[in-house]
Amino acid sequence: MEEEKGDFEPKIVGFTCNWCTYAGADLAGTSRKKYPPNIRLIRLMCSGRIDPMFVLKALLNGADGVFIGGCHPGECHYIKGNFYARRRIAALRTILKQFGLDNRVRSEWISASEGDKFARTMKEMAEEIKQLGPNPMRDKIL
Amino acid sequence: MEEEKKEPKKKIKIALYWAATCGGCDVATLDIEEKILDVINIADIVLWPVAMDFKYEDVEKMEPKSIDVCLFNGAVRNSEHEEIAKMLREKSKVMIAFGSCACFGGIPGLGNVANREQIFKVAYKDTPSTVNPEFVTPQTEMMTNGGEKLTLPEFWNTVKTLDQTVDVDYYVPGCPPTVDRINDAVGILAKFAETGELPPKGAVVAFDKNLCDECERKRDEEKKIKRIYRPHELKEIDPEKCLLDQGILCMGLATRGGCGARCVNANMPCRGCYGPSPEIKDHGAAVLSAIASILGVEDEAEMIDIGTPEEVEELLNQVKDPLGTFYRFTLPSSMLKRVIIKPEKGGET
Repeated sequence: MEEEKGDFEPKIVGFTCNWCTYAGADLAGTSRKKYPPNIRLIRLMCSGRIDPMFVLKALLNGADGVFIGGCHPGECHYIKGNFYARRRIAALRTILKQFGLDNRVRSEWISASEGDKFARTMKEMAEEIKQLGPNPMRDKIL
Repeated sequence: MEEEKKEPKKKIKIALYWAATCGGCDVATLDIEEKILDVINIADIVLWPVAMDFKYEDVEKMEPKSIDVCLFNGAVRNSEHEEIAKMLREKSKVMIAFGSCACFGGIPGLGNVANREQIFKVAYKDTPSTVNPEFVTPQTEMMTNGGEKLTLPEFWNTVKTLDQTVDVDYYVPGCPPTVDRINDAVGILAKFAETGELPPKGAVVAFDKNLCDECERKRDEEKKIKRIYRPHELKEIDPEKCLLDQGILCMGLATRGGCGARCVNANMPCRGCYGPSPEIKDHGAAVLSAIASILGVEDEAEMIDIGTPEEVEELLNQVKDPLGTFYRFTLPSSMLKRVIIKPEKGGET
């Protein structure tokens, strides 16, 4: 691979919930916050919709990182969808560690009013993934 | 095989082969008891390495598509398995992946957590009973003093399933497939011998519903696991109550039914040998997702930290070897297929 650590543009797939994080991302845009363009957002109605298979598929298809955004605990539009998401992501991390894809999945609770936090998180995450280097699965795909 | 020529009908030809497997599937074939005579009545066996003395050359000489049905058990672990799988595919009209190893990789598929170098190191050096100071490992070729070249199959880094190697028509999952399902498969063979009819390609000889549908244990509507136990850690397991309700990790909730719920009836949790339920691409991820959903964590709304709450972490830490538990039979057929090993430590295929 030509792309080395720190010197590549990571592709990050973001799964965000319709009610909080997606709206937060919208706010970041309308209030002209700057953040790196590495994220590709996919809107879901609720973070509870996230199946670990979505994350695996994103990684398998060459995503360098996966971001999951949902409402703050207790603020879920569907009452407890984000609790399910939180537990599933925690469980998924344990196997991703064993698969050798540690630290590539990050979750964050961002409400519709936290455009700032969204932009900040994107910056941090792009930086973290750059440090980690390209997804090792990419060698097989590209 | 000695048989009388009383049947005017032409018998079908079947081949049975074993690749990376324990041989349990071949034994299971004999578990159908007197039904084996039905098999002999309708079929001639042309290859069965575990029981009969046919050579690969005998099969090689046959015309393409001259074997009617091939029952292939075992995962594809080395170059010999691949070679024979390709040869049998060419010679057979119908290829059946028989047993979990051929269907999903099975227990040998767990070898995908390591690569060849690591496996050789453990098997030929690190095991306590091994004395091998020069670290001699199997070579694919060597010359004898007489100038004769000897060859061995090449051991691969990654275990593959049969359908990742050749085109597969039907699947008979199970470790090993249960007698009822083998009888179903024999029924398919019999029908084929008689009428030439076959089920649609890709059919799985098992049920389309998951194991919970067959299981007779009583379950709570609102499941909450407060602590995860391994079966030996509990003094007594209630034979009437759902194993998950008792804190034992049972894979039945995302595993295909058809086995007759034998393990759960014997008070042991399902380990998932029948593979994922239909439409599930990744068995481990499906079970993991389901188990994570029923973890019993109190007052979750109070836990407003970004990260994983301690209670959840603690519960998950009670699962020893999550990858080996959730992907016990299906690692090579899962989405990620194998563990990623960094090139510094050894090659990766």
